[in-house]
Amino acid sequence: MPASADTLARTPFDRSLLLVVPAAAFMLLLFVYPFLYGLALSFNPKEGGALANYSHFFTTDNLWPTIWITLKLALPATLINVAFALPIAYKMRVKTRYQRWVTMILVVPITLGTVLIAEGMLLYFGPRGWLSQTLQFLHLYEGPIRLTHNYWGVLISLVISGFPFAFLLILSYVTGIDPVLARAAATLGADPKAQFRHIYLPLLAPGLAMCFCLAFVQAFSVFPSAVLLGSPAGPTRVISIAAYEAAFEQYDYSLASAIAMIMGFVQLIIVAAVLSLRNVFYRGPVSGGKG
Amino acid sequence: MKHDFSELRLDRVTRRFAGAGGKAFNALDELTLTVKRGEFIALLGPSGCGKSTALNCIAGLMQLSGGTIHLDETRIDTLPPEKRGFGMVFQNYALFPHMSVEKNVGFGLRMRDVPAAEIASRVEKALKLVQLVGQAQKLPGQLSGGQQQRVAIARAIVIEPPLILMDEPLSNLDAKLRIETRAEIRRIHRELDRATIYVTHDQDEALSLADRIVVMKDGVVQQIAAPPEVYAQPANLHVARFMGYRNVLELAVASGDGDRVALSGPDISITGVRKQPLSGGRAAVAIRPEEIVVTDDRAAGNTIAGRVDNVEYSGRDALLDVVTASGTLLHVRGAVTIRRGDHVHVRVPPERALVYPLD
Repeated sequence: MPASADTLARTPFDRSLLLVVPAAAFMLLLFVYPFLYGLALSFNPKEGGALANYSHFFTTDNLWPTIWITLKLALPATLINVAFALPIAYKMRVKTRYQRWVTMILVVPITLGTVLIAEGMLLYFGPRGWLSQTLQFLHLYEGPIRLTHNYWGVLISLVISGFPFAFLLILSYVTGIDPVLARAAATLGADPKAQFRHIYLPLLAPGLAMCFCLAFVQAFSVFPSAVLLGSPAGPTRVISIAAYEAAFEQYDYSLASAIAMIMGFVQLIIVAAVLSLRNVFYRGPVSGGKG
Repeated sequence: MKHDFSELRLDRVTRRFAGAGGKAFNALDELTLTVKRGEFIALLGPSGCGKSTALNCIAGLMQLSGGTIHLDETRIDTLPPEKRGFGMVFQNYALFPHMSVEKNVGFGLRMRDVPAAEIASRVEKALKLVQLVGQAQKLPGQLSGGQQQRVAIARAIVIEPPLILMDEPLSNLDAKLRIETRAEIRRIHRELDRATIYVTHDQDEALSLADRIVVMKDGVVQQIAAPPEVYAQPANLHVARFMGYRNVLELAVASGDGDRVALSGPDISITGVRKQPLSGGRAAVAIRPEEIVVTDDRAAGNTIAGRVDNVEYSGRDALLDVVTASGTLLHVRGAVTIRRGDHVHVRVPPERALVYPLD
């Protein structure tokens, strides 16, 4: 008997949908509620009108530049991570004896916390660190090497902690593309370079955009390494430090909430810009036809 | 790559793979074959017989472990696929999902830096050839399986390759579409006047399409011959089984007189034609179901008596399972009037009972 629209409409409630409830409750309690609470709080400043916190942020000299300082760290770090992860992941798409080992070694830093990375970097890159001593011992570079407590220290740590993430994400996109497409392109006269340019790259573009967004959001909220490896009073005074100071040094939760809102808004703008760029590209199944 | 050629020569082409436990095996073992311009060659065999390996070796997607491939005087087995310029149609079509039909078909021409105006006209011509005019702007995902297959064919032929390679191109289509597209492929082959190498596991496809069939098993060529010969005179028992000789009976050799051999079992005694030298006292006789005749004439000779155990109606006739007293099963085509349980006599024409050594 053919199923009419009627019988379809009376399909019993699928109880497995209830499995969503814990996750939804979790989101509501631990994300949506605090977010809305913070949003409301940001419009209730200690003194002044509803927008006092925001006007304070954009008129205070040690607050508004934190946006640029954070962007100057997060954007290059994200670009470096995605740009290096792409060719390596592309090479790793073919199963070889070494593939598993290389992948493992590249992914190890993901298991290290940012604090551990920072500690290691202080020892290794510091003025009396191994790198500096080795270079001086070999008479390659005599002057002091400044790779910690400044911009570069934070950037390097963002690359170390962010690269494995970008690499794993891109690797999964690359291996998801049917290799027979590249073979088909080869029989049509495409050399390996053209195969990458005309087949892999366009099919990867949406994934790369996604990866960029996730890596960027991660880098933009940099905090521990900016404190431990940077100079949190100056060149690496990122926006999260400003929020932290407002909340836990000035005990101005309202201002801290406003800064957090601004931080989220900046992230949203970048993500929206990148994702709208993504719509330019093809976004569909990446196989070459019926299974 | 020049488009005019007279022949493609495969000389002892071999491909070795590392198998389980580090034991290497030959997926393709010394394939020697000359393909002339205009020829349609089918590589036929069960899965794992090495036919796709052979095709990939010719296309350049797999390196040879031994042997050479020449296109006329040019040695090509050392060239990468993009330098060989053969058109290939893949089993799952391998259309570029992010390109329109037009872009897919024009891809090979763009890689060759053909001027845009010429690309447009050649793509249009190719789409006309596969009857897909009006679909040029669609993405592959918007087409049916049959249409996708024709895009894949158009994409392979638009570069005017000397050789078109097809890897089971019809296996993803339904039965009706398969027969239509089969005719289409034969027509396109005729119109292009190049050479086609076609891999399939379906003997009907091979028989209907090919000028010559290469039957393979375990990487080794079993027989290279025109379809009627492969059909009627299989070179060995394996080819016979594969070509639809469903009855393979193991019997004792009673006597041999030239090519005629008399064989006997507990309740079977028939004469057949020897196709290969026999050794030992036993041999296998291979017979097609449709070449066995149900008869009333018990004295006709070369008959076997049995009871009908199962009837499969197939329209024009029926496929009968006939079981002899000692339990030997015979597949026989017979009239639809025969019922299960009937006792029948079946006659095997001696010239159509092919005798092979046991394998």
